[in-house]
Amino acid sequence: MPTVRLEFSPAPAHVRTARLVAVAVARRAGVAEDILDEVRLAVGEACSRAVALHQLHQLKDLVEVEMVDGPRFTVSVADRGPAETRVATGSVPDPVELVADPDTSFPAPSVAVGMGLALLTGLVDDLEVSARSDGTGTAVRMSWPVR
Amino acid sequence: MELSLQTGTVADRTILRVTGEIDVYTAPRLRQRLVQLVEEGTRHLVVDLGGVEFLDSTGLGVLVGGLKRMRALSGSFALVCDQERILKIFRITGLDRIFTIVPTEQEALVVEPDGEAPEARSDGGRTVPPATDR
Repeated sequence: MPTVRLEFSPAPAHVRTARLVAVAVARRAGVAEDILDEVRLAVGEACSRAVALHQLHQLKDLVEVEMVDGPRFTVSVADRGPAETRVATGSVPDPVELVADPDTSFPAPSVAVGMGLALLTGLVDDLEVSARSDGTGTAVRMSWPVR
Repeated sequence: MELSLQTGTVADRTILRVTGEIDVYTAPRLRQRLVQLVEEGTRHLVVDLGGVEFLDSTGLGVLVGGLKRMRALSGSFALVCDQERILKIFRITGLDRIFTIVPTEQEALVVEPDGEAPEARSDGGRTVPPATDR
């Protein structure tokens, strides 16, 4: 049973709400103050990724966020986009190559996606991306220690 | 906190002071302002992130876009930031290697068009000024 469950329509404006809720629940669960910034950023990135996937595939389904207060504080962000688990491979773009790339579309889509993955893999030690068991979609699961 | 953007001019540099949160929701406004500044003729830009409370990958993407535009125009693009939690995001993504990041606006004013601060020259040709190591 999740401690807190949140669902939001795939709009960028709601990502901030998800971040605020995640930090509030993490603090209450006993996550150390110096890790809360990581929780804020990681949950934000996972939700941004879900919103981007839904927008890309024109899905109106809600993005689901579950926060479980247990031996570790666990957050799962689930989308309904086509299965895509590239985050596990850690395929992060080389920033020097990104800037050398003559593509001046602004921002370069490769930067936005690549940097999101880079941040998630760099921030969270316990990160897992898996296909949803209840149909199409992926779930990003992350956890942090509690005191 | 909402994103707030203020523009000023010091010497020949345009300073864009950013306050609040740069995320997937607010980043398009930052992007719009950067595009506008370039269109108005800005070639030497300092983006002061001193008042930024949150920065995500969408924000990074916009800053990289700004840097690329300025480089294409042989201009300069420097970031001002002394907050460890924001600097950490640049380190994790490796972007600290491509941005000139200095702790104060004062130091950003001496960044040369090729993206290297003068004092970095004597340091074995490093692409990142020593100030970012804080």
